[in-house]
Amino acid sequence: MKRKILALTGFATVLLLSGCANVKPWERSTLADYTMRGDRDPLTISLSEHMWFSREAASGGRGVGGGGCGCN
Amino acid sequence: MNMSLVKKSLFTGVLALSVLATSAFAGGKPIKVGDTFPDLTTFGLEGKLPAELKGKVVLLDFWASWCGPCKESFPVMEELHKKYADKGLVILAVNVDETAAAMKDFLKEHPATFAIVHDATKKLVGTANISSMPSSFVLGTDGKVVAVHKGFHGKDTVKEYETEIEKLLSAVVAKQ
Repeated sequence: MKRKILALTGFATVLLLSGCANVKPWERSTLADYTMRGDRDPLTISLSEHMWFSREAASGGRGVGGGGCGCN
Repeated sequence: MNMSLVKKSLFTGVLALSVLATSAFAGGKPIKVGDTFPDLTTFGLEGKLPAELKGKVVLLDFWASWCGPCKESFPVMEELHKKYADKGLVILAVNVDETAAAMKDFLKEHPATFAIVHDATKKLVGTANISSMPSSFVLGTDGKVVAVHKGFHGKDTVKEYETEIEKLLSAVVAKQ
């Protein structure tokens, strides 16, 4: 039983790690698309900010990276 | 603890690490200053390569239509081409867009008279393994890399280009 668990854990680890991939600079065309931008809709952002501030007295903290060209 | 269990655990660990290492370090060694740039005819590039690259100073630039700084670099390369083509500079812009159509759309808006080819298979860019878009290489007359530029930083990059190109071209003139 212990072996099976160990083998399964190992298998799952390999499977998960093989999912890691580096996006090369020349492969970022989809990430560079306008629709990938987190700040593409100002109205949605202002409404969300208002909601978070009203409910949780929280504001800011939107500087999260992710999409974009990644150029230069 | 059972020995075979230890062995299995070790094997799994090594396998996991190797998979991680493969995914993290995929691609060749980046081309650096002093390296001889690979023969461009072996990469199946779409488009017409300049007839003669041997004995020429070459500015080879990797670009894409979706890349903002590439748009800024195009007028600069056009100026450099007009200024130095007669003196022996060849500019070759290698496009790495997914489709040739995207490249053509870009070129309609940013026309250029220097040589442009499409690296559809991404073999050349993969071999160069550039770390930033755009990236450019200044090659001497012997085909060796004299300078590598990561990104395009406006006037700073232009100044560097001009200094390097003029230095190489004056060396050509001195030899003649």
